[in-house]
Amino acid sequence: MRRKRLATVIALGAVAALTLGACGDNAPPAGGSNGPAANNAGVGKIANPSSEKGGTLRYVNQDDWDSLDPADTYYAYSWNFIRYYARQLVMFKSAPGGEGATLVPDLATDLGTASPDNKTWTYHIRKGVKYEDGTEVKAQDVKYDVERSLDKDTYPNGPTYFNDFLDLQGYTSPYKDSDPNKLGLKAIETPDDYTIIFHLKKPFAAFDYFAAIPSTAPVPPSKDTQTKYKDHVLSSGPYMFDQMNPGKSFTMKRNPHYDPATAPTRPPALPDRIEVQLKVTNSNDIDQRLMSGSADVDIAGSGVQPAAQAQILRDPALRAQTDSAITTRLWYSVINADVKPLDNIHCRKAIEWAVDKTNLQRAYGGSVGGDIATNMLPPVIPGAQQFDLYPTPDHKGDLNKAKEELKLCGHPDGGFSFNISYRAGRDKEEATAKSIAESLSKIGIKTELHNYPTGDYLKLYAGKPSFTKANNIGIMVYGWAADWPDGFGFMAQIVDSRTIHQSGGNSNLGIKDPKIDQLIDSTLNEKDAAKRNSIWVEVDKQTMSDAYTIPGVWAKGLLYRPKNVTNVFVTDGFSEYDYLALGTTNK
Amino acid sequence: MVAYIIRRLIGSVILLFVVTAVTFAIFFLLPRLAGATADDIASRYAGKSASPEQIHAIAVRLGFDQPLYEQYWQFAKGIVVGRDVQLGNTVDHCPAPCLGYSYIDQRPVLPTVLDRLPVTVSLAFGAGIIWLLSGVATGVLSALKRGSIFDRLAMGTALGGVSLPIFFTGQLCLLIFSYTLGWTAHGGEYTPITENPGRWAYDLILPWITLAFLYAAAYARLTRAGMLETMSEDFIRTARAKGLPERTVVTRHGLRAALTPIATIFGLDIGLLLGGAVLTESTFSLNGLGKLSIDSVTSQDLPKVLGVVLFVAGFVVIANLVVDILYTVIDPRVRL
Repeated sequence: MRRKRLATVIALGAVAALTLGACGDNAPPAGGSNGPAANNAGVGKIANPSSEKGGTLRYVNQDDWDSLDPADTYYAYSWNFIRYYARQLVMFKSAPGGEGATLVPDLATDLGTASPDNKTWTYHIRKGVKYEDGTEVKAQDVKYDVERSLDKDTYPNGPTYFNDFLDLQGYTSPYKDSDPNKLGLKAIETPDDYTIIFHLKKPFAAFDYFAAIPSTAPVPPSKDTQTKYKDHVLSSGPYMFDQMNPGKSFTMKRNPHYDPATAPTRPPALPDRIEVQLKVTNSNDIDQRLMSGSADVDIAGSGVQPAAQAQILRDPALRAQTDSAITTRLWYSVINADVKPLDNIHCRKAIEWAVDKTNLQRAYGGSVGGDIATNMLPPVIPGAQQFDLYPTPDHKGDLNKAKEELKLCGHPDGGFSFNISYRAGRDKEEATAKSIAESLSKIGIKTELHNYPTGDYLKLYAGKPSFTKANNIGIMVYGWAADWPDGFGFMAQIVDSRTIHQSGGNSNLGIKDPKIDQLIDSTLNEKDAAKRNSIWVEVDKQTMSDAYTIPGVWAKGLLYRPKNVTNVFVTDGFSEYDYLALGTTNK
Repeated sequence: MVAYIIRRLIGSVILLFVVTAVTFAIFFLLPRLAGATADDIASRYAGKSASPEQIHAIAVRLGFDQPLYEQYWQFAKGIVVGRDVQLGNTVDHCPAPCLGYSYIDQRPVLPTVLDRLPVTVSLAFGAGIIWLLSGVATGVLSALKRGSIFDRLAMGTALGGVSLPIFFTGQLCLLIFSYTLGWTAHGGEYTPITENPGRWAYDLILPWITLAFLYAAAYARLTRAGMLETMSEDFIRTARAKGLPERTVVTRHGLRAALTPIATIFGLDIGLLLGGAVLTESTFSLNGLGKLSIDSVTSQDLPKVLGVVLFVAGFVVIANLVVDILYTVIDPRVRL
């Protein structure tokens, strides 16, 4: 499995040599080493290929979207699915494996053209792209949706990258816009109907990733129904909304005005209809339906439940229908330097050496749940490098080295204590906290476990510096997935010290190193993607040598691929099946 | 009778007021007593990486910074006359009776509740009819043939029914009848009765039976005990002495007297179930009120929780009233 993943990276030609070198030295045990592995016909290649059109593709969702509105959505599966009904300027290529993590123009004719200072980005819009009502998509409509996405009061869910980078000059919302056409934002120019120019306040060389955010999908100002727009988004893609039962289900049919000639980078739209069932709370039921053929795709894309997992791995026929791929999700813990004596790097390093990582992997279900992580950047991210600054025999921890660091820290026998936090109701995080506590007790560090409500974990507890300090929380168990497969998309929100607000809600739980901040800044203006990637590896190395985090597991999911679904493959763009390519034999 | 109903209705309104006040206090007063600020409460309605200023703006807009009685007043007023909801730069109207406005869905709560209601009503009444018929019939037969093999078997099964949790029996039934045999619908299917009654029953038969099994067990035991007691009363002996056929003795004299407590409990159970059979709906992924309340609690959608609680409390109160009126029909000795 690791080998296949590697092969894709090599094919990409992206710093292959580095990756190989790192793997040779410190690679964790290969996935699936204990017991039978997944079939992986849909990893790095297309399973059940077909160009047959027609039929109904049936999705089930255990939960519900944050919003179907392109200006207001942040879920990975939503960004994958939204390509059915919204065309962004740029999108992730619909291709297996690493190729799926590359960007191709969609609504735009080409990737963006940057000014030399990387602060002005120009895109040209394809002519003849039509909404479901037959009107043509205009550059102004793209601008309008970006304007809407800036209004976090009305649309709180989406990312804030445009708020952070565009030269807003005080602009807050199209609903407060004095311009009669509601197009008063000066940071975006539309000199004609087919050209759009973004002006940034600071350089950003990887802007094409921003242009792939759903809020660059067009919304015509005259059709904007504000918070009700999510009930019927005007489609610019191959499918349009048909029936809508909010919170329960919706269906989509073909957009009669969609012209494949305007979409050379897209795969053919195969199914005639798409059905989505929401809030199917019984996740075991979802798995059983996939296996019995009465549902096609679990849209969350994180894999089957443990019960179905055991059933599948026992049965070769079921196993033949599975894929297991590493995602861009890392389960890790942060060591809080605000809590004494963890402000001393040697005390933090003692923890790094002491932790038995095989236990952390076990907490996530063993090799089926993921690979042991020795650094931050998940290996599927282009240019990521695996390395291990704290190599211990079989990843089981090295108590002698830990004790040496404790001596340097001035606490030769440990003898200090702090608390470990995790999210309530998350068994795997609780198991992680327990196994870290157990490892630390062996070097004389006493810890107590505390859980906090999941929904407020960042806002009121672990993500609030004053709270963690006051409550002596030395280690915070957490997890993170990339917004998109790129160093910035993974790291920017969790290691940049400038993203830490005293008021809480931080996803950076306490990594504070000016060197890291400097490195991040140096990526912003670096045009060469390979060089950018190597700087992100440096950020990763700096984070690890600062001993701020205990990486646990790079998550994997066991995906089940029903027989009646065609053209199935995992794309590294979303670490899920590529929904745009799927077809069905189910009429 | 009319005066009685009016008295009860007034009592119901007061009761509902108390229920909303208590619910409101649980969700808005307790966090404050625990030290949460208005901004803390508002933060769950803000986006992923909202700045403190944004969060504070939301707190002000949603009125979390105002005194609690003021917030409650706004809520109560909304029920009677409706209210406008500020959504940052846009305004949405929540028409009367406004049971609250979900800031997460950005919709009024009531339409969502009404939308979920048919599922719950179908589930509750379908299961109710099944368990009432089967439970009472089993109970009567058991009582008449006390000590027989049928009695022992029935009461043993009933004990099992009462003890087994629905998430177990439901999952087991799904596994056997849906996944393996393919006789019934899998979870998550619901067709409105107005659309296709046959399909409606097909989709719901498994949840009905699973839910009814649990209740039928209790009803069988209750009916049996009631019947045993009644059948040893003097008036039964009199009826027999009059030469009435045994069938008439059992149905007209025995069962009728034994039914009164059953009717009381049935009313309460149906009232509660109309508030949502949380476990059944979750196991079978039916989008009814029970699942709505659980979903709202997990997503910390407080206005929705409040709205559902109020709606459900209304059901329980009404069901109680109906039962009390039905008493006069079942037992003529009762005068209201």
